[in-house]
Amino acid sequence: MFQAFLIKYGEIGVKGKNRYVFEDALVARMKQVLYPVEGSFQITKEQGRIYVEAEGPFDYEETILALQRVFGIVGICPVVLREDQGFEALSKDVMDYMHQMYDGVKKTFKVHTRRANKHYPMTSPEVNEEIGGRILEAFPDLTVDVHKPDIMLHIELRSHHINIYSEVIPGPGGMPLGTNGRSMLLLSGGIDSPVAGYMVAKRGVYIDAVYFHAPPYTSERAKQKVVDLAQKVARYSGPVRLHVINFTDIQMYIYDQCPHDELTIIMRRYMMRIAQKLAEDTGCLALITGESIGQVASQTVPSLAATNDVCTLPVFRPLIAFDKEDIVTIAKKIDTYEISILPYEDCCTTFVAKHPVTKPQVERIRKSERALEEKIEEMVREALETEEILEIR
Amino acid sequence: MEAYLDNSATTRCLERVTDAMVRVMRENYGNPSSLHKKGIEAEHEIKEAKAFFAENLKVSEKEIFFTSGGTESNNLALIGTAMANQRAGKHLITTAIEHPSVINAMKHLEEQGFSVTYLPVDQEGIVSLEALEGAVREETILLSVMYVNNEIGSVQPIEEIGRILREKNPKTLFHVDAIQAYGKYRIFPKRMGIDLLSVSGHKLHGPKGTGILYVNEKVKIRPILFGGEQQKGLRSGTENVPGIAGIREAAAACYENLEEKTERLYRLKERFTEGVKERLSDTVINGMPERDGAPHIVSVSFAGVRSEVLLHALEEKGIYVSAGSACSSNKPSVSQTLKAIGVKKELLGSTLRFSFSFETTEDEIAYCIQELEKLLPVLRRYVRR
Repeated sequence: MFQAFLIKYGEIGVKGKNRYVFEDALVARMKQVLYPVEGSFQITKEQGRIYVEAEGPFDYEETILALQRVFGIVGICPVVLREDQGFEALSKDVMDYMHQMYDGVKKTFKVHTRRANKHYPMTSPEVNEEIGGRILEAFPDLTVDVHKPDIMLHIELRSHHINIYSEVIPGPGGMPLGTNGRSMLLLSGGIDSPVAGYMVAKRGVYIDAVYFHAPPYTSERAKQKVVDLAQKVARYSGPVRLHVINFTDIQMYIYDQCPHDELTIIMRRYMMRIAQKLAEDTGCLALITGESIGQVASQTVPSLAATNDVCTLPVFRPLIAFDKEDIVTIAKKIDTYEISILPYEDCCTTFVAKHPVTKPQVERIRKSERALEEKIEEMVREALETEEILEIR
Repeated sequence: MEAYLDNSATTRCLERVTDAMVRVMRENYGNPSSLHKKGIEAEHEIKEAKAFFAENLKVSEKEIFFTSGGTESNNLALIGTAMANQRAGKHLITTAIEHPSVINAMKHLEEQGFSVTYLPVDQEGIVSLEALEGAVREETILLSVMYVNNEIGSVQPIEEIGRILREKNPKTLFHVDAIQAYGKYRIFPKRMGIDLLSVSGHKLHGPKGTGILYVNEKVKIRPILFGGEQQKGLRSGTENVPGIAGIREAAAACYENLEEKTERLYRLKERFTEGVKERLSDTVINGMPERDGAPHIVSVSFAGVRSEVLLHALEEKGIYVSAGSACSSNKPSVSQTLKAIGVKKELLGSTLRFSFSFETTEDEIAYCIQELEKLLPVLRRYVRR
């Protein structure tokens, strides 16, 4: 019965003079997600409202699912859009709507009219009263409750048309993509990093990603797993450019030159350095990691400090104070969990010390890294030059 | 260069196989149960395949059944006979080194109230005949033994096992999982005392999703799938006609000049094991000595190297092999077969299987040895400390 949706958005409403920037970004993203959906759609902005109107037949379920992945949307309302053809016509449309939606159900309701068109011949309370009375008469199972109604029937008298709706399907919230620049996500095959990427993207940030591949210590399947995860994140974040860096030689060199209980920290410091270099080259303004305090030896506060020591860009760690189960809940929601728990080795346990340091001292780590001076810069350059770039959609 | 040395996981379809399948799919595409001409044409394909396998195994056409592969053949053989014969007894016997499609079917039967004896094997992977003699009882209804082991290539003395079984309890049924053996050995169930025999198509350059179960006509067996009563009600479901044409074509190709092919495979295997022994240090070849074991499977343990790492390092060179058994390699679990033959604990996670086919060349073998020789010292330097 619906051919249109009224899109409610939250935080954009308060952005003052820049509001159009946010609205335009939202509309652009909506167009992008609706493109593959069966049907032809018109998206229009009008006085603080965005409407999606389908022209002809369309896939209703897919449309909702697609819009539910657009950051910035807080609610999707399937709406009946009508020209203003007088109160009797409006009343008939409302009755038809109520028949289709709520015939025979025992519920409470309230009519909520908003009159943006100040020339409309009736006031909002008058419309509420008249329409409410007619509904009560026609639907014996419905009763009025003005405080906590089951059905909040909205009638909006706009200047060019009238909206009738009662259903609000929740959207993801957040900010429209592209309103907050671009950041580089360190993506592994684990549970945390895709969730971290999703969370930052939700604040309107475009995502690039980097994956450190270490063949033969990690397999093609482990890489495919990361591609699959990036694909899941891209459903929300828009296209992701995935940089695959071959890290094997650097890893072996660190193994040969440095104390073994510091291997993980030093490797992570080089991963951060490489990610930062990539970020700078690609216009990313920050790094994103899935780190969470205390989860593993390399994520104790001293370890995080030692890793952070090499970064000059801001590092966003949206999961820093999350418990694992809370991360898992989001991973399940965005459908990355099942992929993340596949058992392919995603990092090379060969290069993880049996007893890694948990309280590394930055000074000592820096000193250990001096043993790498001879070749490491050349190796990092080589790793960056031989990167493989995958465009994930 | 590329060397596919994982032929016990699966093989490449021969062109004559795919040609035959395409022909059936495009031309004789009828449902063999249909009454019209199209049905009869499809039925004819099945009849021809049955005739081929009956002739090849020296059995009767009515004893050949087509399945969806080795797993289904093994399940049908075990569960189907156990269910049909449980009044005669609820004791089953198998070995410690069977494929999961036998082991897990047995576990399922244990849950249904059957008791199962798992016969031990020696360090070459050969089942203990003494243990077998001691295990057969009055109420033993079924013995299931694999002909060739999929991980180490050990070959069981099937005829002798059949003879012992007939002496101890002539009523006990004898099932042989011949999935790694068929196409490499001439197998004659009647002479060898085999009552049920499982074959898989994709191990012999045929299509995946195809298999055979030979069932001696005297065997009491119940179906495990129910439906349109095709194949005398034992295996309902419209027959996979193109697959049946494919497995027949593949089997025919394998048995052409079989002795010549086997000799060639043994020479490849010898070349490989000589290379391992002479040029690769700290290695152990598991299973039976060359000519006693299967011609196409070699299991090698490499001390100080994790098998997945070596596998992926070989993969980078275009060489494809398996770590343990391919069917369980998605979950890194310890191979029960390697454990059963007493492979040292520290070598369990360091073992690869190399498996050949008549398409394998000497150059591929030489290339594999050469790359192993280069890779091992590098990989052995990087161990977890």
